[in-house]
Amino acid sequence: MTKILEVKDLELSFHTFAGEVKAIRGVNFDLHKGETLAIVGESGSGKSVTTKSIMRLLPESSAEYKNGEILFEGRDLTKIPEKNMQKIRGKDISMIFQDPMTSLNPTMTIGRQIMEPILKHQKLNKSAARKQTIELLNLVGIPNAENRYKMYPHQFSGGQRQRIVIAIALACNPKVLIADEPTTALDVTIQAQILELMKDIQKKTDTSIIFITHDLGVVANVADRVAVMYGGRIVEIGTVDEIFYNPQHPYTWGLLSSMPSMDLEDQKLYAIPGTPPDLLNPPKGDAFALRSEYAMKIDMERQPPFFKVSDTHYAATWLLHSQAPQVEPPALIIERMKTFKGSRYYVDQTGGTV
Amino acid sequence: MVKYIGKRIVYMFITLFLIATASFFLMQTLPGSPIASYNKLNDTQKAIVEKKYGIDKPKPVQYAIYMKNLAKGDLGTSFVFKGKSVNDLLATRLKPSLILGAQAMVFGTIVGILLGMLAALKHNTFWDYGSTFFAILGISIPSFVFASLLQYWIASEWHLLPVGLWNDGWKSSVLPSLALAMGPLALSARFIRTEMIEVLNSDYIMLAKAKGANGFEIAFKHAFRNALIPLITVLGPLAAGLVTGSLVVEQIFAIPGIGEQFVSSIMTNDHATIMGTTLLFSAFLIVVIFIVDILYGVIDPRIRVSGGKG
Repeated sequence: MTKILEVKDLELSFHTFAGEVKAIRGVNFDLHKGETLAIVGESGSGKSVTTKSIMRLLPESSAEYKNGEILFEGRDLTKIPEKNMQKIRGKDISMIFQDPMTSLNPTMTIGRQIMEPILKHQKLNKSAARKQTIELLNLVGIPNAENRYKMYPHQFSGGQRQRIVIAIALACNPKVLIADEPTTALDVTIQAQILELMKDIQKKTDTSIIFITHDLGVVANVADRVAVMYGGRIVEIGTVDEIFYNPQHPYTWGLLSSMPSMDLEDQKLYAIPGTPPDLLNPPKGDAFALRSEYAMKIDMERQPPFFKVSDTHYAATWLLHSQAPQVEPPALIIERMKTFKGSRYYVDQTGGTV
Repeated sequence: MVKYIGKRIVYMFITLFLIATASFFLMQTLPGSPIASYNKLNDTQKAIVEKKYGIDKPKPVQYAIYMKNLAKGDLGTSFVFKGKSVNDLLATRLKPSLILGAQAMVFGTIVGILLGMLAALKHNTFWDYGSTFFAILGISIPSFVFASLLQYWIASEWHLLPVGLWNDGWKSSVLPSLALAMGPLALSARFIRTEMIEVLNSDYIMLAKAKGANGFEIAFKHAFRNALIPLITVLGPLAAGLVTGSLVVEQIFAIPGIGEQFVSSIMTNDHATIMGTTLLFSAFLIVVIFIVDILYGVIDPRIRVSGGKG
């Protein structure tokens, strides 16, 4: 698979009145052509900041790239001039935002808003751009596009507006599409429709998608690979199956345990205790140690490196160190692991334990 | 739309009628009478004058006669400028005031908007602080202070423009217009700055950036129109401020405008002229508010009136 985007050792801080907030503390991941990578994590874990830093949409006055690089087609996006970045935004990399109610300009017709990147990046004349706009509206499922394209955002429903935002993002056939919680502000039926639409479009255009969400149900539905973020770092990354059925990091265990399931009718839903770390003074060791019942002494002292679980699966926890004691994951997780070939709890449905 | 405009015009006339009624009776509560200064007249002579101007009749009758004439567009006869109709009086005085007001309004809002945009785009820099300081000066210092300063330095010391009067073409209008423009300039600069900063932080500006728009496109294509909406709201009162501001500024520059006329007519209890000027000011304000409401819909599609495409 060809890598289209590579994020290496990315560190980013915000300078605030209270001091330096280390929002991203060494993030590494690759994005392959045509795949969907989901980034999950709780609020404040650095998901949105990571993706906004790829597009350089963070306020220049306060955000500072401290270290690392973001390689896109051989160029480091953290270093290129703003002028060149403007040629990449909307053309090669585009973005869908969380709240469709506020992400469209209220005083501009939706036609003009969709046409803007087309006119800007594709050097088409007005009538060709118009034609393409109407095609896009048809593609994202806005009926009666020829007439509706002259309308303003307030004349559309929330789901339709998100479709329009998606049309804007797709206008120039981007190589990378970043979706920042695109379904969070929508109700459940519309959520499903939007997810279907995105999957459809990906099939047609072979775009790579970075999908940010805190909804694990959505992840299972759309993603090929999953990166779990906590406290400004990726703590575990792997394929969907690996993350859902053979998780290694205690934080991933916590996340999966707090996901409602149809199988557990009468049990109380699990919640991870405590609060996310304060990134003004980030913890020295594993950021999750203070909330983890599996924390060891070394978790307080040193940040764990990535341990390889498989070629596609890595997790940053000292539990995977060869000297670490064997611990039992929560019962719910063991249940999941039993179905995963290659996990130490795997139970062959036809026979005994492997 | 046509129906809406028609309705609004009817309301405008009703408003004007109410203002005429209120100011007619309020004026009667002023101490003194229009002929109080006619010291040399004896009582019989005063009675003759009163009869001539119709102020010997009971108040309700006077009111009825006034309103009847008003309906025909006749504002009555001035008590002070003998024999002159208020209509003629106002007509000659209207032009300088309109020119000054319009120039001040256009200059003030345009420069104010540019200043406010500059401050917002260069948020928290020297430009921002500079234009904010300038705007605070403009709001807190009354226009007559500016008028005197301009008069002293530009006209009297450097002899660049006339000190006053209305006899030197456009040159006469520059200084009073500038003095009048300070208020609207400062106010619109403050409004646009605050609003632009908020708009620039909104999601749709982030989306515009994500589309690859450059700084200029973001400021003028996306942000400006949205930042303009609240300013439109204060433009009406702003115009009213210009009218009252012009009373003083016209005095300082000795310009034969409506403002000057208004002040002197109140001094002399010239009832018909006071009424005429009040009504003219009111009509002006009502029309401005009407225009502002129409502009609102032009700028913001969300409040475009329903029920028609016209």
